Amino acid sequence: MDLVSKIDVQELNFFYGSKQALKDISIICPEKRVTAIIGPSGCGKSTFIRTLNRMNDVVAGTRVEGKILIDDQDILAPGVNVVQLRRSVGMVFQKPNPFPKSIFDNVAYGLRINGLRDRQRIPEIVERSLRQAALWEEVKDRLRDNAFSLSGGQQQRLCIARALAVKPEIILFDEPCSAIDPIATAKIEELIFALKEQYSVVIVTHNMQQAARVSDFTAFLMMGELVEFDRTDKIFTNPSNKLTEEYVTGRFG
Amino acid sequence: MKKKITQFLGFFFLRLCLYLVLAVLLLFLYDIGRKGGGSISWEFLTAAPRRGMTQGGIFPAIVGTFLVTIITAVLAVPMGMAAAIYLNEYAKQTRLTRIIRLAIRNLSGVPSIVYGLFGVILFVNILRFGTSVLSAGLTLGLLTLPWTITASEEALKTVPNSFREGALALGATKWQSIRTNVLPYAVPGMLTGTVLGLARAAGETAPIMFTGAAFYLPYLPKSPSDQFMALPYHLYILATQHHAILQVRPLAYGTALILIAFVLGMNLTSVIIRARLRRKRRN
Repeated sequence: MDLVSKIDVQELNFFYGSKQALKDISIICPEKRVTAIIGPSGCGKSTFIRTLNRMNDVVAGTRVEGKILIDDQDILAPGVNVVQLRRSVGMVFQKPNPFPKSIFDNVAYGLRINGLRDRQRIPEIVERSLRQAALWEEVKDRLRDNAFSLSGGQQQRLCIARALAVKPEIILFDEPCSAIDPIATAKIEELIFALKEQYSVVIVTHNMQQAARVSDFTAFLMMGELVEFDRTDKIFTNPSNKLTEEYVTGRFG
Repeated sequence: MKKKITQFLGFFFLRLCLYLVLAVLLLFLYDIGRKGGGSISWEFLTAAPRRGMTQGGIFPAIVGTFLVTIITAVLAVPMGMAAAIYLNEYAKQTRLTRIIRLAIRNLSGVPSIVYGLFGVILFVNILRFGTSVLSAGLTLGLLTLPWTITASEEALKTVPNSFREGALALGATKWQSIRTNVLPYAVPGMLTGTVLGLARAAGETAPIMFTGAAFYLPYLPKSPSDQFMALPYHLYILATQHHAILQVRPLAYGTALILIAFVLGMNLTSVIIRARLRRKRRN
């Protein structure tokens, strides 16, 4: 199957005040594939993924240069509807962040703020999203319980269900398993693998095995610069750059 | 061993401070209760003062304080909350907002008599509201605002940022994320701080002295532009300005007791409201 570009990042520079966090990054994330961003702490992975849904807009004193084309539209251009953008580019955060509402209301949140009031459609979509996030069987009898009563891994899958409910085309995962135990991590990895049937996925991770397991393409970032970007198998078995090789074999990081 | 002694002494000292403060407070309440308890009667609560305030009750003062507090709340609660939301959620952190914050903190330390004089100039003279319930209520509203803003901002700060970001990431507008995912969790804290501020305002004498409180009125205020009697001012008069001070002393203590009960009642209300909201949220 031919690859179609979903996100085309061109010469992206990013600044916190006068400090440059991303230098001249160009990456293409293909449609319905998983693209992993790896690199040591502080290399700009999270900053990068947060530019893809303009989440950095809410951080004061930041500046961004370059282009990010999603379906050939530059989302950094002036006049882009950021609210609309974030509906089509969902995000799952590092720490599970369910809202202090019921499980049902968490998933329905995105639908309601987008104006859906239909009393039949909402439960349908909530069930479908929870099934997609492989959580339905565990919570179907306790949808009215507070989301905080779930375990950490379940909370993270709830956040995934919540993101799926608004029907995004792209899902961004910002180190989704860093606060979760290994068994729950395995479930989420399986889930990410399954999600690429329908969605384009970008995942930031500091866990190289995770990147190797779930992704099709991998970008290796260091000190805000893109060191190497290639097919995941190539990055992990036969990288072209010496630094990449040292990092993926665990010699630093 | 030495560590243990140090710890014991440390805790002992802290406990001593706590007990001292409590003892002073209890002594104070006991004294007022003992000297004022005897004056409390149905007549005291429901009748107007008679015979040059040496007999009768304090009903007009209770009503006056109640009405003024309502006007204070109408000004200070919505404005304070709105200002806090703006400062904490919308305003960029610039030199200007830092100065504004500093000014608000300073305003909460300005002596209340200054607010009283400001109220006379602005509300009584310039806006021509006269010496009235309205002028006094608005003056107390200004006095309360810095407290309301500060307390509300603190309450907003306790809502984790992940609630805001989580909502934004789902395509919420900024206002939607604040309304549905920040305010519901901040309102209990905002209310607590606000009611504490109102309770403090209800006990103030200086700001209402020039702006609307009357020495003695045989009738209740019929509109916001009428003068009124108020508990703290009535107490001030009975305690220091009356021609037969010894004779009215029990009445003064009685008034003090009612004023304390009024303030305590307001604080209790805020505690109850907060507990209710918390419980509702949990279910």
